[in-house]
Amino acid sequence: MMVKVTIDGIEVEVEPGTSILNAARKIGGDAVPPAMCYYSKLPGTGGKCRTCLVEVAAGSAADPRPMPKLVASCSTPVQDGMVVNNKTSERVHNNRGGVVEFLLANHPLDCPICDQAGECHLQDLGYEHGSAKTRYEEERRTFDPIDIGNKIKLHMNRCILCYRCVFVANQLTENRVHGVLHRGEHAEISTFIEQAVENDFSGNMIDVCPVGALTDRTFRFKSRVWFLKPMEAERSCTKCCGKAVVWMFGNDIYRVTARKDKYGEVEDIDGKTAWLCNDCRFEHKSANDWNIAGPRVINRHSVISQGKYATSMEKPVKRIG
Amino acid sequence: MKNRRLLLEHVDVPGIDGIDVYVKQGGYASLEKALKKMSPEDVVEEVKKSGLRGRGGAGFPTGMKWSFLAKPEGVPRYLVCNADESEPGTFKDRYLMEKIPHLLIEGMILSSFALGANQSYIYIRGEFMYVLNILEKAIAEAYAKGYLGKNILGSGYDLDLVVTPGGGAYICGEETALLESLEGKRGNPRIKPPFPAVKGLWGCPTVVNNVESIAAVVPIVRDGGDAYAAIGIGRSTGTKLISACGNLARPGVYEIDLGLSVEEFIYGDDYCRGIANGKQLKACVPGGSSVPILPHFLVTKTATGEDRLMTYESLAEGGFASGSMLGSGGFIVFDEDQCIVRNTWNFARFYAHESCGQCSPCREGTGWMEKVLSRIEHGQGHMHDIDLLADINKKIEGNTICPLGDAAAWPVAAAIHHFREEFEWHIKHPSEAQTRNYGLIQQPVVA
Amino acid sequence: MSHTSQPVFDPNEVVVFSDSVIQQMNEVVKKFPQDKEKSALIRILHIAQAEYGWLSVLVMNKIAEFLKIQSIEVYEVATFYTMFHLQPVGKHVLEVCRTGPCMLVGSDQLIEHMENKLNIKVGETTSDGMFTLKTAECLGGCGYGPLLQCRNKYHEHLSIEKVDALIEQYRNGEIQ
Repeated sequence: MMVKVTIDGIEVEVEPGTSILNAARKIGGDAVPPAMCYYSKLPGTGGKCRTCLVEVAAGSAADPRPMPKLVASCSTPVQDGMVVNNKTSERVHNNRGGVVEFLLANHPLDCPICDQAGECHLQDLGYEHGSAKTRYEEERRTFDPIDIGNKIKLHMNRCILCYRCVFVANQLTENRVHGVLHRGEHAEISTFIEQAVENDFSGNMIDVCPVGALTDRTFRFKSRVWFLKPMEAERSCTKCCGKAVVWMFGNDIYRVTARKDKYGEVEDIDGKTAWLCNDCRFEHKSANDWNIAGPRVINRHSVISQGKYATSMEKPVKRIG
Repeated sequence: MKNRRLLLEHVDVPGIDGIDVYVKQGGYASLEKALKKMSPEDVVEEVKKSGLRGRGGAGFPTGMKWSFLAKPEGVPRYLVCNADESEPGTFKDRYLMEKIPHLLIEGMILSSFALGANQSYIYIRGEFMYVLNILEKAIAEAYAKGYLGKNILGSGYDLDLVVTPGGGAYICGEETALLESLEGKRGNPRIKPPFPAVKGLWGCPTVVNNVESIAAVVPIVRDGGDAYAAIGIGRSTGTKLISACGNLARPGVYEIDLGLSVEEFIYGDDYCRGIANGKQLKACVPGGSSVPILPHFLVTKTATGEDRLMTYESLAEGGFASGSMLGSGGFIVFDEDQCIVRNTWNFARFYAHESCGQCSPCREGTGWMEKVLSRIEHGQGHMHDIDLLADINKKIEGNTICPLGDAAAWPVAAAIHHFREEFEWHIKHPSEAQTRNYGLIQQPVVA
Repeated sequence: MSHTSQPVFDPNEVVVFSDSVIQQMNEVVKKFPQDKEKSALIRILHIAQAEYGWLSVLVMNKIAEFLKIQSIEVYEVATFYTMFHLQPVGKHVLEVCRTGPCMLVGSDQLIEHMENKLNIKVGETTSDGMFTLKTAECLGGCGYGPLLQCRNKYHEHLSIEKVDALIEQYRNGEIQ
């Protein structure tokens, strides 16, 4: 038995137990709420960032009363006959704007020197829902950037505490050595004592990070992402599926990432999430290492999808650090 | 005694914390009655009839909460007592557990029997380690007398009871954060649904009840639900422990019949005996720090001039415009010399300190409010800060994973609503505000 | 740079739990169903803190080993709850409640007085290692304030004079 739900006036049929967010993704387009912490490939994620709040105008056919509060669409299951407003709700727009303001309150806004710029979900969200002027006059909390191993940089200042990287460590690796420490506004992603996050799949923490909190040290300050050409590539690997996107300038591979869908999530290939191992990600930066199939279309509404790749640039930006 | 009717009836009897004296005063009679003459369903029925509402603050009917408990075959069910009393102004559960621990234990056995739980836990805040020791001693006595363990009083019913401490976190009073903590984790509230009645402790159906709610099951079983419901007014039945504090002549824990007038509670000889040091009442937070503050002219009377009563309904009369809530019964009284701005900042600091940090509106919003209020209190506020605070409030309220967001937002919203002039005065007179208090606000003249 | 206390990690520290500590830890674990040993964690942290006064990284690692969980799981919990001291503290940790109801009856003044009396700021330890002064959020004694907690003891209805006497009693060993 499928259940029917209406989101922004568009009806869709989904399996019982589906979340409002995933029902909206089935519709696509403007009906889809943004999600900063939910990650469909990592069970247990979601509910925390509150950017996906929506208005439930009717709970179900059986009980059509509206829900009094906005609900997190990622973690609220649909009911048959539910009516949801996302883009069409002024209340959602206002409150989502409030959430974005909260996420940006302590954010350093250091996009000019952040490797995530151009593919940052917070940038997209700020562009769509933020206001040009901040009302936050207080001192921002700061942390020193640290290396968690020789491949990953942690900029806690930029972190929005989505917990996705913790779920990666729990679900893809044997030993979790990092987590969320302290609490409230002092909560931070940390290893507590200086130690490296090192295991075959730790690099996926970079791919799931919605902001520039976890970045690839082997790509650090090498280029803005929009100057690079993303190419679908494959190599034979014993640890992972070996299916990746290599980001090239001329014949050089600047970085390797997993293949992501339009929600920024690692794609499923042959029924399995195509997580990448650290060997493929960090150790194979020569075009000879890969079979390059052809350009990868990055289907996201951020700056890199606007056709401004490095076609007219002669050189990549100079390394500054 | 007027202020010691059901729960605290024997609290002053010497040795009542020991099982022999407790039994001598009629203790464990309810348990004998339930196990020998009643079925679990009968106990649930009496609790439903009693109209008992959750005494932790939310006021949700206990019997109804019990009836939501899922009962799948072959899966254990748990009863967890919430003894994480941490809401500023609230110290009633500690008093009850310290003075008369067997009342809670008897209530736990009765309630566990009603719910079909064979393993129950009391989660107590870590700071109350000395109370935990009292409870463990009492539990050992109850085992020795056969009130706990296998085949209790020959009924065939088995129950084990364990007390376990927290480590210092207000948020663990939220029932799902409490369960996380009981599982040995950070006290991050869970995303709901699922609710604990379906998936609670270790993924099993669980009921979480406040200490006072569980203790109230003892007189309910003894006298019957109807007798309990006969006390009080309307949907506010039975007695309620009120912990009174702040600038009162006689602060402390009182057991009142719901329906007592606020006037009598503050000024009556059997209760708080008025404001300390002969001063005047400035304001009151009647149900723990998270409920809206009331200015003096709305404490004993509602906006329409009715007598304000100690009931869930009467204290809420007027909504957020002119009412508050009974909440946990943490009754905080402010005299004429107290500064509302400083107190609002103090509460905001509390909530910012206690936010778990999981969801962004609470993590960022409580910290932001605290900083703005700190500036205002310390003479660096701007006029636009007042509206900013009101707006941050609206963006937190209702948008968080758990009620801590609302709990942090309401006191600030209410303080600005009722005492806006005092905030403005603080901002306009930054240095004066450091040395003297604004004073009482005037009752607005209604045309 | 975090605003919270940093871990103390001395790889040369030798941590050997005494028999009494191990026995207490085992007793706590027994209170929970099999495979739910992690539920014992918070109480075990209290036990370890009672033994050592505070929790070093190696003590926490040892607890992780005992409960067969990752060390990070212990750090996550120990840093979440405010009762755990992650840095060395004085012999007596005086934690004064500073929340609203206590403030209404003078906790601000009491804290200021104690800072002057002990010649330290909140968060610091006296040079003789005797006292650490901390503030706490609502300790649940609102009607009996101002108050402070020292280990398992509550000292209530405090005044400037009473707290002076209390400090002397602790200093002289009249209260353990």
